[in-house]
Parts: sequence; structure tokens; C-alpha cells
Amino acid sequence: MTLAHPVINGSGTFDALAARRAFGERLIEDFPFSAYVSKTITLRPRAGNPPPRLWEAPAGLINSIGLPNKGLDGYLDEDLPQLAALTAAARPAVGAIDGAGERAPVPLITNVMGATAEELCRLVEACEQRAEIAAVELNVSCPNVQTGLDIGADPRMLEEVVRAVRARTAKPLIVKLTPNTADVAVCAQAAEHAGADSVSLINTLRATALTPRAPARAGLGARSGEADARRPWLGGGSGGLSGPAIRTVALAQVAAVSASVAIPVIGMGGVQSAEHARQLIDVGATLVAVGTESFRDPAVGARIARGLCGL
Amino acid sequence: MSSAPFARRQLTVTAVEQFGAYTVVRVDDSDGPQPDPGQFAMLAAVERWGGGEDERPYLPRAFSYARRADGQSHFLLEDVGPGTRRLCELRPGEALWTLGPLGRGFTAPGEGRRALLVGGGVGIAPLAILQDTLAGQPATAGAAAGAHEVTVLLGFRDGARAHGAALLRDARVASDDGSVGHHGLVTELLAAEIERDPHAVVYACGPAGMLEGVRALCVPAGVPAQLALEAGMACGFGACFGCVVPRRGGGYLRVCVDGPVIDAAELEYVDEHAGAPA
Repeated sequence: MTLAHPVINGSGTFDALAARRAFGERLIEDFPFSAYVSKTITLRPRAGNPPPRLWEAPAGLINSIGLPNKGLDGYLDEDLPQLAALTAAARPAVGAIDGAGERAPVPLITNVMGATAEELCRLVEACEQRAEIAAVELNVSCPNVQTGLDIGADPRMLEEVVRAVRARTAKPLIVKLTPNTADVAVCAQAAEHAGADSVSLINTLRATALTPRAPARAGLGARSGEADARRPWLGGGSGGLSGPAIRTVALAQVAAVSASVAIPVIGMGGVQSAEHARQLIDVGATLVAVGTESFRDPAVGARIARGLCGL
Repeated sequence: MSSAPFARRQLTVTAVEQFGAYTVVRVDDSDGPQPDPGQFAMLAAVERWGGGEDERPYLPRAFSYARRADGQSHFLLEDVGPGTRRLCELRPGEALWTLGPLGRGFTAPGEGRRALLVGGGVGIAPLAILQDTLAGQPATAGAAAGAHEVTVLLGFRDGARAHGAALLRDARVASDDGSVGHHGLVTELLAAEIERDPHAVVYACGPAGMLEGVRALCVPAGVPAQLALEAGMACGFGACFGCVVPRRGGGYLRVCVDGPVIDAAELEYVDEHAGAPA
């Protein structure tokens, strides 16, 4: 897969269809990413978690969104054709020129999550049938229905699941590792042994926030009312921390994983600038993903790519 | 719907005015698109954004355009947390990151129908630009001049906040503490107006409790009501899925891209978490 530059988006951090409605065709002409990763698709539709879903943390954000999506059928019938048309029309804002004298096109990567190997296999088989999908990313930050442990947190379970999925697709298979585990490098090796073509990390760090005691401060990061004091703030109970607060954790985990596997590593976590992206590349990442920073500036991916390319 | 330039822009603060407890920040936005009434922007100070209370703010904050005149965009602020506090401290010459205009704004009332503007607290902001737009609209073919009769009803917690009423023209005011105007809720004024003119179209923005009151008054009575909602949001353009409110019939609406102006009939209720961003 040839990409225009090394900057892509983290899954679930950029709704390209909504962004096109907000920003118009400029999004297509100056697409900020060299490949586009969809939000997580599950077998059945999900409405997502009840609000509140966000908590502003020191230099970061805790989210408890709950993976809202239309389910596999809804994705394949409605969103995929639209996303495929968008990415086919999209031109990266910066980067390498392909053989036809054009900037390399933007491949569409579909991220899927299932609670069991069977669910994941069904999702991946469906992706395998669709030519618009260039690669599949597995979200393994899902609790196993039997053990309650995240599939991706247990190297043995992870290897088993990835091996089962690997047999169902010839497309490039990326495993999105969870940072919420004892040894992320061992998990990365398990994914590699099972046939993954790449690993991506880090996903969000599990985090929680309590409803503040101080009254009369409504809104993002606060809610009034003594009765709510000391209860979890987020409607989903706990969430995942992202943003600059996790950047140094990401650097350590990407370094550890890169030193332990031979397959390409997609590094992410708190990247805000070309210098942050360069650090992840310096410790072994092949590609870098931008997530939360795109919330603050939707065009930041292009700025980081420009910086990396020395423009 | 005006679409936003695809990147946040660095704008310069030209003036800061106090209206009692509220602050109006004006920025030079002469190169930016004209916002529709009800649209909003994500704002963050370029310098010293972070390092306040609890090492915040980190994310930008969402604000309705309150006015657009002479190439300047006006935003109405109330200091309720580290983000709004920093924005209230802006001085002329300082730089402001601005991403907008975003979201879906208000829809004009049908020909000959009266517009009832109902605002509460800092939520009066989008009603000011709406009033400007309705007043400036030329009469459509076949309609008499001044077809859009506009009535403005505003509610405030206290006298210091009631100074905000100066942002709109000819406003009738209610205050919780009775210090200004009607002693009580603005929805009480609204109920009387709807009774007098059931063909009016309601435009409302304010705290969740007030909007729920407007919804509960208007929907059963068949009075169209467009509610400009607020919710804590990280991005403002549909990426984070953080700013949802329950949709009537199940599921959620994203305030940023499905709104912020949402028809009251589309909502199950106005969620209490649709509070002011900090």
C-alpha cells in the first residue's frame, strides 16, 4: 500500500461524512490523512452510551462514547458506499506523487469490534467481500463475554482471535492494541505470531471522573447538585483518556512494541505536532495516527504531514 | 447553511464590552463566511489556553454567533469555568482560534407568522443575530412589509445578568429574583403570548430547564418551536460524538451537526446535561 505521507486518523476521531457537510469540498481537496480509518463497526447497531460522554481532563479528554454505529449491515449498505466515494475523491493535502502523476489515493480502512472470535470472523468475512475496503483494523478492546477481560489484554486470547480472523481475509490486517495490559509488547508479538500485518497503538487509557462536589458549575467537566456528588460523571461509568496527557505513555509503548515485532507499527497517542509524530517514528513507528488533536483543529493532520515532509 | 473554512483560523480581538455579568468579545472576521443565525463557532485563546483551574482548559468551547456587523463577529460569554474565564480575560489585540460557522441554524418563520424569541441567561446570544436578520429581511413577494413581527422575551437569574437584555431590542424581561421585570420564569410570559397568538413560531435558547419548559408548552399545543441547544462538545463538527441528546423515538442526535437548532418535536425531552460548557 503506497501512501502519500505517514499521517492517518485514529479510528473514531474523524467522521469524514459529517466533516464534508461542515466544511464542504475543501475537505476533499486538502484531505488531512493519507489513509482513512472508519469508526468501529459492530455486528449489531449500537446507540452509544447515555450522556454525559465527555470529561475534560488535565491536557486531555476522557470519552465514554460507547461505539455508536449502524451495525454491519447498516455500514455496508449506507456508510461504506458514501465513505468509499469520499475517499476515492479525496486528495491528500501533501505528499508523494504516484506513477500517474497524482498524489497517492486515500485507502479506506474499516475498524471492527466483536466480543467473540465468531463475531469478529463474521465482520471480517463481510469486509473481505468488499473491494472498497483496503484493509481491516481489529478493535480488541472489547471484554470477552466469558472472562470479562479485554480480548486484547490477554496475549493467549488475542493470538487465538487474530489467528481465526486471519484465515478469513487476504486484506491487510491491523490489530489495534490496548494499552490497558500488563505487557503490550507481548500482546504485539501474539498478534504478529497469529498473522497480523501490522499493529496500531495506543488506544485510550482506561480512566474515570467523579461528579464534582462544587455546585453550580454546569457543563463540560462539571455538573451541579449535591445528590450527584462522588458518583461517576460519565453516563457509561468509565471511559478512555486521550490527548497530550497520554503522549509519553504512547512513546514508551510504541518503543517497546517496535523493538519486539518485525511488522509495521502505527503509533498514536497525544500527537499534536510534527515533532510529536517524529518522536514516534524515531522509536520505530512506520505511520502515525492523529486523534484528539483533530477535534481542536480538523486540518491538523495536514499540518503535521507537511512538517514531517519538511515542507 | 454556511459552511466553515476547513481549518481553525486565528482572528484578532477588536473590542471587549461588559453587559453586567456578561462579556461580549468582538473579533475581526472580515474574511470569514457570514454565519446563519443559530450557527456557532469553537473558540480557544491562542495564548495561555491551559494551565488554569485543574490544568484546564484543553478543548475549545462552543459559542453561538451573537452578532455579525461591520466584518466583526460578536460572542457572548459568561465566566463559568476555566475556559470561559480565559476567554473573558481576552483583550483587544489578542488572538483567538475560531472554527466556524458550524451546525444548523434557525429556519425563518412562514410568511406572516410572528416570531417569538425566548431567551434565558447567556442563551440569549443567538437570538440577537436572529433578531437582526429578521429585522433586516426584505418583505418577500406578496407579503406586507414587516411580515415578521418579532416579540422578544428574556429571562435572567438576577439583576446583574439582566443587563444582557441590552443585546436585543424591545425585550420584555423576567427575573428569578424579581429585580427586573416580571418576577418569575420567562416561560410564564411565553405561555401568555402563545395563548394570545397560537400561530406564532417560537425560537428559544437558554438553560436546559427553560428549554424543557418551552418544549413542554409548545409541542402539545402544536406550536412550532426551534430550540438552540447547548452541550459539552470536543470538536463541533461531528467527529467526537460527545454532544448527544436523546431523540424522540430512540437513539441520539448530535447537537453539533444535527443541531444546535433542533425542532422541539424531535426531542424526547431536553436533557439536563445540555448545560453550559465550562
